[in-house]
Amino acid sequence: MFEPKMICFYCKWCTYTGADLAGTSRMKYLPNGVVLKSMCSSRIDPQHILEAFKKGADGVLIGGCHYGDCHYVTGNQLTHNRVAMLQKILPDFGIDPHRLRIEWISAAEGAKLVKVINTFTEDLRAMGPRRSK
Amino acid sequence: MEKIGVFVCHCGLNIAGTVDVKKVAEAISGYRDVAHAEEYKYMCSDPGQNLVIKAIKEKGLTGLVVAACSPTLHETTFRKAAQRAGLNPYKVEIANIREQCSWVHDDKALATSKAIKIVRTMVEKVRGDSPLETIKVDVTKKALVIGGGISGIQAALDIANSGYPVILVERQPSIGGHMAQLSETFPTLDCSQCILTPKMVDVSKHPNITLHTYSEVEDVSGYVGNFKVRIKKKAAYVDRDKCTGCGLCSEKCPSKNNSSEFERGMAFRKAIYTPFPQAVPNKPVIDRENCTYFQTGKCGVCAKVCTVGAINYEQQDEMIEEQVGSIVIATGYEVHPVSKFAEYGYGTIPDVIDGLQFERMLSASGPTEGEVKRPSDGKTPKEVVFIQCAGSRDPEKYFPYCSKICCMYTAKHAKLYKHKVHDGQPYVFYIDIRAGGKKYEEFVQQAIEEEKVVYLRGKVSRIYRDGDKVMVCGEDTLLGKKVEIAADLVVLASAITAQTDSRELAQKLKAAVDEFGFFSEAHPKLRPVESNTGGFFLAGAAQAPKDIPEAVAQASATAAKVTALFSGKYLEHEPIVATVVEDLCSGCRICVPACPYGAREYDKEKKVARVNEVLCEGCGACVSACASGATQQNNFSDQQFYEMISTALEESNV
Amino acid sequence: MAKLKLGMYWAATCGGCDVSVLDTHERLLKIVEAADIYFWPIAMDFKYKDVEAMEDGFLDVCLFNGAIRNSENEHLAKLLRKKSKVMVAYGACAAFGGIPALANFTTREKILEKAYKTTVSTDNPQGVYPQPSTKMPEGEITIPEFYNHVYKLSDIVPVEYTIPGCPPPADLLMTAVEAIVTGKLPPAGSTIAGEKTLCDECPLEKSEKPVINDIKRPFQVIPDGKKCLLEQGLICMGPATRSGCGAACIKVNMPCRGCFGPAKDIKDQGAKMLSALASIVKFDDEQKADQIINSMVDATGTLYRFGGANAILSPRRTEGEKP
Repeated sequence: MFEPKMICFYCKWCTYTGADLAGTSRMKYLPNGVVLKSMCSSRIDPQHILEAFKKGADGVLIGGCHYGDCHYVTGNQLTHNRVAMLQKILPDFGIDPHRLRIEWISAAEGAKLVKVINTFTEDLRAMGPRRSK
Repeated sequence: MEKIGVFVCHCGLNIAGTVDVKKVAEAISGYRDVAHAEEYKYMCSDPGQNLVIKAIKEKGLTGLVVAACSPTLHETTFRKAAQRAGLNPYKVEIANIREQCSWVHDDKALATSKAIKIVRTMVEKVRGDSPLETIKVDVTKKALVIGGGISGIQAALDIANSGYPVILVERQPSIGGHMAQLSETFPTLDCSQCILTPKMVDVSKHPNITLHTYSEVEDVSGYVGNFKVRIKKKAAYVDRDKCTGCGLCSEKCPSKNNSSEFERGMAFRKAIYTPFPQAVPNKPVIDRENCTYFQTGKCGVCAKVCTVGAINYEQQDEMIEEQVGSIVIATGYEVHPVSKFAEYGYGTIPDVIDGLQFERMLSASGPTEGEVKRPSDGKTPKEVVFIQCAGSRDPEKYFPYCSKICCMYTAKHAKLYKHKVHDGQPYVFYIDIRAGGKKYEEFVQQAIEEEKVVYLRGKVSRIYRDGDKVMVCGEDTLLGKKVEIAADLVVLASAITAQTDSRELAQKLKAAVDEFGFFSEAHPKLRPVESNTGGFFLAGAAQAPKDIPEAVAQASATAAKVTALFSGKYLEHEPIVATVVEDLCSGCRICVPACPYGAREYDKEKKVARVNEVLCEGCGACVSACASGATQQNNFSDQQFYEMISTALEESNV
Repeated sequence: MAKLKLGMYWAATCGGCDVSVLDTHERLLKIVEAADIYFWPIAMDFKYKDVEAMEDGFLDVCLFNGAIRNSENEHLAKLLRKKSKVMVAYGACAAFGGIPALANFTTREKILEKAYKTTVSTDNPQGVYPQPSTKMPEGEITIPEFYNHVYKLSDIVPVEYTIPGCPPPADLLMTAVEAIVTGKLPPAGSTIAGEKTLCDECPLEKSEKPVINDIKRPFQVIPDGKKCLLEQGLICMGPATRSGCGAACIKVNMPCRGCFGPAKDIKDQGAKMLSALASIVKFDDEQKADQIINSMVDATGTLYRFGGANAILSPRRTEGEKP
């Protein structure tokens, strides 16, 4: 079976802590992603996402706080803007925009994190390897 | 070259049960710049920490990766250990191979391979980390409180009682705010003046409080710990040092038909006046617009009667400069005026008044000396209709939010009315009764059951005048019937709004307000009394509609925040802030709106955007926004991300 | 001092770079005084065999303009590299792919189909495509091979200096000539232009907190000549584009199109401009970013107008990956 490689950008306050919760709750999920932590999802530059695809990522996940709950007030809104705009141009680089996913996962949503990782991994498996590596 | 030490923790079997820790240590020992790699049963134990300290000292390590549990648990532990061994704590990173690896995966080979990737990624992070020092800033241990209502009074008293000097600025001639206008307070019906005035006097007598009434904040510069404030002391044309507050000037002033702000237009005041008898300070000001002397050059009665020569027509506005370390915003609220409601006659029907006017009517010191008399003809109203949610919870026409205090004060009004007019009948139109609070629900129930206040669930669609009656048309949605009441008086529980000029003030302060002009808190749950902008705290209805106990509680909370800020020798701040390479910055200012803390500002002289390190919270939003590469974030640089990304995607088969 | 030996070549380019040399006006005499031109196909008659006949490293400097789009471009790039001591990527096409590299957002097949089949003026009933090699009774005839991808010069050969621009302004050329003549060359790998981004040179006023609400195309708005074009709704690439042109376009009320490429430490000009735009969109509305990007006609082409061969990701569109 094709095993996709994923980069997961988590913000420190919500998604990273949510992932910790999944761990302390001993939930299980697929191990295809490697997590990179930043203080806020708004630190994630579109360049980082493109670099991940360039270096062979099959999928990129960005995890931030829910709207209105951002530790930095409006950071996740900026992230949303950037990701939404980047998704529009990704096809021009031969990349299915579904390979870039943004999810709001709070520190209490370990279960949601598990579900997101598993479904994203499955979706990427179904998409198969990227044609444009 | 970096010499990085990697320590892999077994955490008993918590990690070692799923991750082959030996293999991880082996795999990493040959990796870039890794000078030392070992594994140990419990890294966080004293022997574990000693391994770290020993390796740093013996091998001269320049960086450290501890592969263990989540950084939320032991990052500080290992940073301190590193510091003890002489290594900068910011050259220490945790590779989270427990919560985010061993505990969430079953397959040992896959988990081990992933753990290696995680550790390598963190090695790359440490390679790019700079040794950093905590940012330290001096603090001026003096606070400014803007607004002298109950919130501002409480905040000022609490801060002053903790031993710090406070400057309290109030734009009206007296402190006291809206609370001074109230008759009795729910749910205990104690007299508002009786509980407030002692506090007002405390403020005026407190050695740590400098009171500037009839004054406004003109501008604020600087940042947390070091604000420079300019306060405009408006000309009162009365020398307050000389004035004894005898009141003779007001008594003799011939200009007497000026609408009283304090009585909310229900009475007149003189042109030289103190707003109310218990005013603090109890010294008059001259209302220049309505003063015969200022308008015609003739009169001067007040100057003639003043025995101490306190009247000074030449007095000018005065600018006061102060240095403060922290600012409490307690500017309070306004009540949406009756004249803005089309369906209630735009304020043209004299017997339609708002809740605050009714408060004055109920007050023993008010225009009717506590008797309920309707404004049109002074008759005692026998049927009074109270309308809740006038403007609140009405997103189409007015405000979508709940003004929060109206359910309670309407119940209070109805009760107090019954206490004064025993044969009168109060009606209350409501949408819902929101009586959450200690003894609140009981208070409302008592009004309904014991005082026989008629509660009608529904909205009033129209009010018009018919003879000397005010016709109120509405619907009782519980009975599904139209209701028409010929009332003698209608009292609107008008929406609580932000001060109309709160946006201007927010701009001066560089603090954020929401779409309605209420000051925004830094976090709706966890930082409800802090503004986004460092050093600003929010007390009372400036932030959102709230009742007296809530406002007082929040005011005391701001005082705790302020005193905490003042407690240390310095303000300490995490150094993972944004930085600017001025040689690369073109001053495009795109970083400025990206910052929610006002930490990014444009330097007009140098034509570059700067970072105010003290205000920067280290989110990195501006770094991603900066298209010139001039802005980076300490220890979260683009270069670090690139290295980490490619490392994370390298194979690590075991 | 011996006169410099200069070569100039055009690969996939419009010719504007060559013409830009003439923008030096009377300063051209200075160039001619300092250098002899040994190869400049657009201006004088040279044959490739003249270049082949040169000793390796014969030319002191080669100003190479144009992208690498076919086998001839590549051949000449490699040949001139061998014959030149210093290779300069001259102009946006050589530096970043430029306008020809917009073709990278489509495929070779689509381009050929358009050019040889579907344009209104095409008359090609047999659907003949040009072939690199054709056997004829007289023998084999060849034309250069049309690549599936457009490359920037440094993808093909090592390059010492970059002079960006579409075309490079005369002042920058003179700066470079001066540097070469006096031997005061910057370290290899340098770009001869500004270090900051264009906003540094831009004379327009910017607000303290720039915010945009909608995007307009240049024909939809008459800029007021005072306010930042971005704030007037025009996609001005200035914040993400290296300075050095003196804000030439801005001064005639046209937004920057990005021909000077990314700033020094930036990997991807388009991605950075996108991030900057996304940061000044009123962001309390989740739909706003979508609206903005959807209202941009050819967003990718706008953001990567000159950077089609210089993006982090190779922009080649691959069939099979869902759009």
